[in-house]
This record gives sequence, C-alpha cells and structure tokens, in this order.
Amino acid sequence: MKISTMRDLLDAKVLCCEDKLGNHVYSAFGCDLMSDVLAFVDNQAVLLSGLVNPQVIRTAVMMDMNCIVFVRSKVPTAEMLELAKESGIVVLCTDKTMYNSCGILYSNGLTGEREAKK
Amino acid sequence: MSEELIFRFNVDGDDFTSAGQASVQVKKNLRQLGIDAETIRRVSVAMYEGEINMVIHAGGGVAEVRVTDEYIEIVLDDHGPGIKNIEEAMKAGFSTAPDTIRSLGFGAGMGLPNMKRYTDEMHITSTVGVGTKIVMRVNI
Ligand SMILES: Nc1ncnc2c1ncn2[C@@H]1O[C@H](COP(=O)(O)OP(=O)(O)OP(=O)(O)O)[C@@H](O)[C@H]1O
Ligand SMILES: [Mg+2]
Repeated sequence: MKISTMRDLLDAKVLCCEDKLGNHVYSAFGCDLMSDVLAFVDNQAVLLSGLVNPQVIRTAVMMDMNCIVFVRSKVPTAEMLELAKESGIVVLCTDKTMYNSCGILYSNGLTGEREAKK
Repeated sequence: MSEELIFRFNVDGDDFTSAGQASVQVKKNLRQLGIDAETIRRVSVAMYEGEINMVIHAGGGVAEVRVTDEYIEIVLDDHGPGIKNIEEAMKAGFSTAPDTIRSLGFGAGMGLPNMKRYTDEMHITSTVGVGTKIVMRVNI
C-alpha cells in the first residue's frame, strides 16, 4: 500500500518526509511495546504506535521501517521528528485509535506479519 | 578493506531518551562502508537491544564494534549489577524490568533471545556485583 493511501484512509497529518509519500509498505505492526517490534517484525513493515518517545523512532530505524503512524493524536517531539528525518522515515499522525487504525488498514488490504508457526 | 576498523562509544546510563544513539551511529557507519543491508540490520538490532539493556539494567557502559573482512563484532561491557542466572535471563519472557521501564516500551524479556537470534555467535560473561560483558559476532 502506498503511504499516501494510508494517510488518506487514516485521515492523517504528515509530520515529516512528505517527499516519500509515494513509497510503499507491505505489511503493518501495531504495538506500544518496542521489545515486541524488535522480536516479531521481519518484513519492512509500517509501525503503528501510541507510545511517544525517541526509542519508537530508533526501533523503526534499526528495523529499516520506512513509516511510523502515531495513533490517538499522540504528537512526537521535535527531537523525534529530527531523528526520523535523518533516516528518511515518514511520520504520520492520526486522531483514530490503535484498533480503528489497524482495522481500517487491514480491511483495505494491508495485512500483518505472518504469524510464527506454533 | 584490509585493516580492521573499531568504533567505540560511551553509553550514558542516566538518560533513557538518548539510549540507542550508539546503535544509530553504527548503522550509519556500516552503511558508509557499503555493507549489505541485511547484515547491517542484524548488527544494529542486536547492538540496540544490548545498548538498551546496558542503560535500563546496568547504568550504562562501553560499546565497541569491530569490523573485519570476515565478521562484525559487537562488545558491550558494563559495571552494572551482573546477571545471576544467565540461562534463565536468556529465556524469552524473563525480565526483571520494573513497570516504569515497561511503560517506556521495553521489559518484555525478549532482548537477549533476540540478540542470539540475530547474531552468529554470542557469549555472555557476568559476575554479580561486578558487571556484564557480551560479545556478539555477525559473519559477513
Ligand atoms: N547488561 C545487563 N546487566 C544486568 N542485567 C541484565 C543485563 N542485560 C540483561 N539483564 C537481565 O536479563 C534480563 C533479560 O534481558 P532481556 O534483554 O532479554 O529482557 P528485558 O531487557 O528485561 O526486556 P526487553 O529486552 O524485552 O525490553 C533482564 O530483565 C535483566 O534482569
Ligand atoms: Mg532487553
């Protein structure tokens, strides 16, 4: 899914790297626990998070993610946006909740990480 | 690249906000060296987990990354409380992190097993009351 399509579906504001809205994301992961993002994401996914601290950006940098969506109107700090910009990560911000944001993206064809086999 | 390169960082233990800076820098340096993206990702995730651990469990320490023709080695050295039972600490889900750390997005007990998964070799030596040293290698 194109990042610009995500922006439209989530009615989101673009907080940085507007020039990269044409890039694609191939799966998504919604989580406030960075430990889980680092342990369970394999594809270069978009990260949806309600947690606001610089570790959210650094986690995305480490995982080569190209887009972060902050849900339920969480606003990242200038320092965080600076970090994201350095790594070319598009940052979106939506009023919608985590559950609704994930539901909207999923029902429009953006699925999650493949579940690990038990 | 014929000689080996060493990057060295002091990891500040008082500031959770800046934790991970060394890993971000290493990622940049490795990119400049033209190392492939998958290797860089493995090195940076493993180092980042270890760097966060040094900050939240050990009050900071020193991180060193050695790049040779064959492998990238990450050495994390701290003078924190040490790990009592390494085998137990390596289990997914084992964590002594307090709730304050959990509210910051960490403390699920996934870091050490993840470091193992992302690297080709990992050795932990730790003495309670003295500190912990972790050496990891990712083959190029
Ligand atoms: N450098 C260290 N010094 C002292 N204890 C450590 C150190 N690194 C890890 N530990 C101990 O090992 C446990 C497991 O570490 P691990 O990284 O797997 O999980 P965590 O840091 O608690 O949570 P997560 O990594 O998921 O955020 C920690 O809770 C802590 O008790
Ligand atoms: Mg950890």
